[in-house]
Amino acid sequence: MKSVSSTKGAIGVETLHMTMRFGAFTALDDVSVRIEPGSFHALLGENGAGKSTLVKCIMGFYHATSGEMLIDGHEAKVPDPRAAHALGLGMVYQHFTLVPSLTAAENLVISREDAPAVIDWRKESARLEDFMTRMPFRVPLDRPVRALAAGEKQKLEILKQLYLGRRFLILDEPTSVLTPDEADEVLGHVRGLCEAGAITVLMISHKFREVEAYADEVTVLRRGKLVGQGPVADLSRAEMARMMMGDAKLAEPAPRAGIPGPIILSAMGVRAKDRSGLKEIALERLEVRGGEIVGLAGISGNGQVELMELLTGQRPHYAGSIEVKGAPFEATRSEARVLGVRYLPEEPLHNACAPRMSVVENIGFRTFDLNGSGSRFWLKPGDMRRRAGELVEAFRVKTASLDSPISSLSGGNVQRAVLARELTGAVDLLIVANPCFGLDFTAVAEIRARIMSARNGGAAVLLISEDLDEIMELADRVLVMSEGAISYDRPVGEVAIGEIGQRMAGHH
Amino acid sequence: MENDLGLWAIPIAIVGGAIRVSTPFLFVSLGEVLTERSGRINLGLEGTLVFGAMSGYAVAYQTGSPWAGVLAAAFAGAIFGLVHGVLCSIPKVNDIAIGIAMMLLGMGLAYFFGKPYIQPVAPDLPSFPLGWWSDLPQVQAALRINVLFILGIALAFALWWMFRATRVGLVIRVVGDSTDAARAMGLRPSVVRTFATAAGGAFAGIGGAYLSLYYPGSWNEGISSGQGLMAVALVIFARWNPIACFGASLLFGGAGALGPALQSVGVSEGYYLYYAAPYVLTLFVLIAISSKSQAITGAPGELSITK
Repeated sequence: MKSVSSTKGAIGVETLHMTMRFGAFTALDDVSVRIEPGSFHALLGENGAGKSTLVKCIMGFYHATSGEMLIDGHEAKVPDPRAAHALGLGMVYQHFTLVPSLTAAENLVISREDAPAVIDWRKESARLEDFMTRMPFRVPLDRPVRALAAGEKQKLEILKQLYLGRRFLILDEPTSVLTPDEADEVLGHVRGLCEAGAITVLMISHKFREVEAYADEVTVLRRGKLVGQGPVADLSRAEMARMMMGDAKLAEPAPRAGIPGPIILSAMGVRAKDRSGLKEIALERLEVRGGEIVGLAGISGNGQVELMELLTGQRPHYAGSIEVKGAPFEATRSEARVLGVRYLPEEPLHNACAPRMSVVENIGFRTFDLNGSGSRFWLKPGDMRRRAGELVEAFRVKTASLDSPISSLSGGNVQRAVLARELTGAVDLLIVANPCFGLDFTAVAEIRARIMSARNGGAAVLLISEDLDEIMELADRVLVMSEGAISYDRPVGEVAIGEIGQRMAGHH
Repeated sequence: MENDLGLWAIPIAIVGGAIRVSTPFLFVSLGEVLTERSGRINLGLEGTLVFGAMSGYAVAYQTGSPWAGVLAAAFAGAIFGLVHGVLCSIPKVNDIAIGIAMMLLGMGLAYFFGKPYIQPVAPDLPSFPLGWWSDLPQVQAALRINVLFILGIALAFALWWMFRATRVGLVIRVVGDSTDAARAMGLRPSVVRTFATAAGGAFAGIGGAYLSLYYPGSWNEGISSGQGLMAVALVIFARWNPIACFGASLLFGGAGALGPALQSVGVSEGYYLYYAAPYVLTLFVLIAISSKSQAITGAPGELSITK
């Protein structure tokens, strides 16, 4: 099997004056990066800084407008990803590219260019076992990938690249779905492979902690330009952050003010089925007080989506009670209005908007049929428009026009528009899920400031997030959700990150 | 009376009916499994089945060979599948809508071209008398096994093996489960799906040929009683597993035979109600396996009805 060739050793890649234009837009402007064989190189930058454009040029998805590339010291042309693979270049994508219903072994074998027409599983299994014994870590081969934990999937992605004989690996935010412990384990092994001279790694990351702990060198891009480069040891976190953001000002987090008030949301003994129908969501006690942010940490797939659905009335529960301000809450429109309950679900374009309706209409969803305290039959388009205009102004939503479909807005602006709708009027309970997923620094800072000021205004906030840093920044109290239950509850001042990581991974 | 079996006649008739009636279910559902495993749903197989029945009958009559008819039906089915596959490869074209259009087209074309073949008699497909050991004519009739039934069983096992241990089978599963993963692997999902749909159409065509060339064994416009549509429910019931499709086909076939079986022992009350058994079974199967709060296990990830 010629494709397993990790003995051949790491190769280096160098780009020379690489430029990529899309029409009038320059996504990548004269970028030269040298990645030494066997090194662990980090690529930093905000959304839209050109990181993905650069790696897509290296992998042959894009053809650079100008500039050259040296692979292993020789000038190389990479017309398509297949050619990149043949040269020993491989990429691990941000989202898993494993096939969920296939077993790990099936995934590995079918990913090979020379996969046989008829697969002799006895022979292939023996070969895979032999391959695994030479690897620093292993994953169960005979289970469907769907049944593997996120960390195991990420390890399998990396194993797959090694199995295919790749010697230069691009990792695109490889730890975004892992717990801190899993991330450390995976990156530790990857670093070990670099030190052993088996592979070279180029890692796209947002996490300074990981860059500092594992990378040898770092390259920083901003708006398509190379703005900084050098050994990680020579750069401080502040310097790297300044390179990434230039002189853009971040919204200051609003200071905390006030003390927690009465209990607003309380869920007691709630039992419901999870998405697969096989496991149970069991909430013994969940309470959120006015004027506090409760952060619910956890790895995706541990019941957070189901919890959100329970609180929005999309999922029935067969035991227990959900109450808001002491009144039973079934999330009907009128209950939500009377009790002041507002939501910012994850992926708001799909979960909180009608994508093809206009910005005006989407912003009006809470109020279009209200006439004082009663309801109205005929809409008042003039009022809706004026109100939407004011909110777009106040929340700085960037849109071509008020009548554009909301799906034409960028992610951060959809988030702002939904927040504008949800935070207007009396808000007593705000339930938020992953509000900053995929947004850049400026949008993140602004949205977090809005959430904090809602808290300071006396609202009870439940923040469900997979981003531990976000929870540590915003929350007054931290909970951890794991396997459908809440397993940890501490004020943020008493929290130990290591302990949270273990709880997230399901160690009780 | 020597041949009066009393109530025993009912199970024997049901078993015999299950074997006779299940073959079209089996072929259509295997075709649908192949298509759905690649990530598309082809609701047009009812039309393919009817057109296959017509073209198979016509060619068998013209050439005098039932096997030529079967080949013609498979070919016609493959063309229908190919058209469905190619149309669905166009961005934003919905496979369910195309499927319904293809179903109506297939039936319409079959009625149009099939008019002259309603009267003539075409040769039947051969069958094996596996009931020779019994003196009872009922048992002998029940165990007349058609060649296509055996071919269908072989095909079910072949597909099962293909999905597990061949490159082609794994490629189809990859494409059906994750378009992104398939693209990252350098596969072209729409090409794989188009070929899978074409092959699935060919299977459904053979199922049609069985209808017109063996049981009921003549061509007319009411030849299919919705088997092509019920096969879609059957595939979900069988959890996209070809071997389970065989069992499910027997079950549906048996339900279809309930009416005639009861009639044969003289139960004529509620006659139409028993004939509705397969449809009622379809409904119950769909209700029983549905769930408000959970996704169906085993469903290919890219399938538009389960997404």
